[in-house]
Amino acid sequence: MTGLAPTSYFIALSALLFSIGAVGVLLRRNAIVIFMCIELMLNAANLAFVAFARQQLSVDGQVIVFFVMTVAAAEAAVGLAIIIAVFRHRQTVNADEMRLLRW
Amino acid sequence: MTLTDISWPALVPGLIVTVTAVLVLIADLFVEGPDREGLGWISLVGLVAAGIASAVLWGSNAGGFGDTFLLDRYAIFFNLVLCLTGALTLLISMDYLTSINLASGEYYVMLLLAVLGMMVMAQANDLILVFLGLELMSIAIYVLAGIWRPELRSSEAALKYFLLGAFASGFLLFGIAMAFGAFGTTTLSPIASQLAHLSVEQRPLALAATALLLIGFAFKVAAAPFHSWAPDVYEGAPTSVTALMAVGVKAAAFAAFARVFIYALGALAVDWTWIIWLLAVLSMTIGNAAAIMQRNIKRMLAYSSIAHAGYLLVGLIAADQQGGAAVLYTLLGYAVMTLGAFAVVIAVGRRGEPNEEVSDYAGLGFRYPFLGMCMTIFMLSMAGIPMFVGFTGKFFLFSAAIEKGWVWLVVIAALNSVVSVYYYVGVLVQMYMGENPREVQGIAQRPYLTATLLITAFATVALGLFPTWALNLAKSAVQSLSA
Repeated sequence: MTGLAPTSYFIALSALLFSIGAVGVLLRRNAIVIFMCIELMLNAANLAFVAFARQQLSVDGQVIVFFVMTVAAAEAAVGLAIIIAVFRHRQTVNADEMRLLRW
Repeated sequence: MTLTDISWPALVPGLIVTVTAVLVLIADLFVEGPDREGLGWISLVGLVAAGIASAVLWGSNAGGFGDTFLLDRYAIFFNLVLCLTGALTLLISMDYLTSINLASGEYYVMLLLAVLGMMVMAQANDLILVFLGLELMSIAIYVLAGIWRPELRSSEAALKYFLLGAFASGFLLFGIAMAFGAFGTTTLSPIASQLAHLSVEQRPLALAATALLLIGFAFKVAAAPFHSWAPDVYEGAPTSVTALMAVGVKAAAFAAFARVFIYALGALAVDWTWIIWLLAVLSMTIGNAAAIMQRNIKRMLAYSSIAHAGYLLVGLIAADQQGGAAVLYTLLGYAVMTLGAFAVVIAVGRRGEPNEEVSDYAGLGFRYPFLGMCMTIFMLSMAGIPMFVGFTGKFFLFSAAIEKGWVWLVVIAALNSVVSVYYYVGVLVQMYMGENPREVQGIAQRPYLTATLLITAFATVALGLFPTWALNLAKSAVQSLSA
């Protein structure tokens, strides 16, 4: 593996992407943007999986990524449908305006 | 792992549920008219069959697929609890769906798939399988929470649950990635054996994995401070779905939580015990304090379920055979009494009139003695009054923690339990002494609800009076975990 970037670089990038995603979920207010941030978190995990798989010379990590992509696709289908269902009622997808349920 | 490693016994319960779900999906195409009750019956038969199949395989200790998917006694215990939960939820759904005018075959398919996901979580011995089971369960429940489309509250609850659930999955998945980096595998057995002699390079990644997994699981069991979604989602979702979320999701998440933390990450217990200690204390205190202030019964039950997550974490801290058995036993008891309480909530509601405020229960005890008696049993059991399963469960949990020397934790837990009596008995006071000018009238007798109430009330009392049998079952289940 000479000449290739060391695994720690990939893991640092993946941790950074994960943090951007997590902070985005907490700070952003638009449901679609929040959802994109969640996708970023999942993809950060995918990057970590392939980086570790390369380091350990095993394909396990790369196979796992396929599972995660499938799950993320299913989640996107359901999630966007839910967002549309809310939009039809409210004409907005802003998380701050969902005040019906609050104590 | 080779192809010859396929273990059919381990697959049987899950396959039965899968086949039933597909059958219901197809049968839905041929049902004419709005009546979908027949689909409910097919689903019920499937879940009962899966439960029986699990029970028959008790002791078979089937495991295969490179040790990633097991049907040990631990998994079977949870399969039984989950099938029971699913079946009782189906029974209360059939009446509830008619009363809110929601005729949809997809409801039953999603319910079956959610139970399937829960069973995968209980049987998984691999972090990736835990993740897949969790997602199967969660995605089905996002749909169920929002299935009542004309109702804005339902859609909003679905959105909140979806966003926070997916957020939690992100943490869990990143934790799994860190575990994969540390151990080169996601299967729990090799992780457990590698942890026994952890190298210096592995330790930071292993600790990061532990912390991230902990956050992911804490979200799913609704432990404070990761509980904020629960009250909103429980209130907004259709009540039958709330029952499944409060019981099934919590049980399945605890199944995976305990297997991962006690069995695989047990060697790191020094590092994670104090975090769970904090989660337990926060969950109990916040859950009970907030429940006192609630006027809506579904929100009150939501906070009560957060408090119960705290009690269950006390058993997890004990992290031994006795504590594990107490957690399993309490989850069974929690399942029957909570499902029963939600069945009462559904029985009191009527079309276009949810009657979910505690004040709506005024005078109910005298006008509907059967409902009143059942609610009395469930509330007293949750409050931890002796003779009911809620008390025996807490007793086993707390004594397991005491034996491990967690005296202060148990003192806090016991104080919390005393505080909780206030709001549970508050409902009873309303029922038997309260007055409301707008009293709820004309609650029709509904056969499925009555059956559910009879089963859960009987189980709440029977498990409380004769805990030995169920406790021995739980002990034997936990033993198979360390074997």
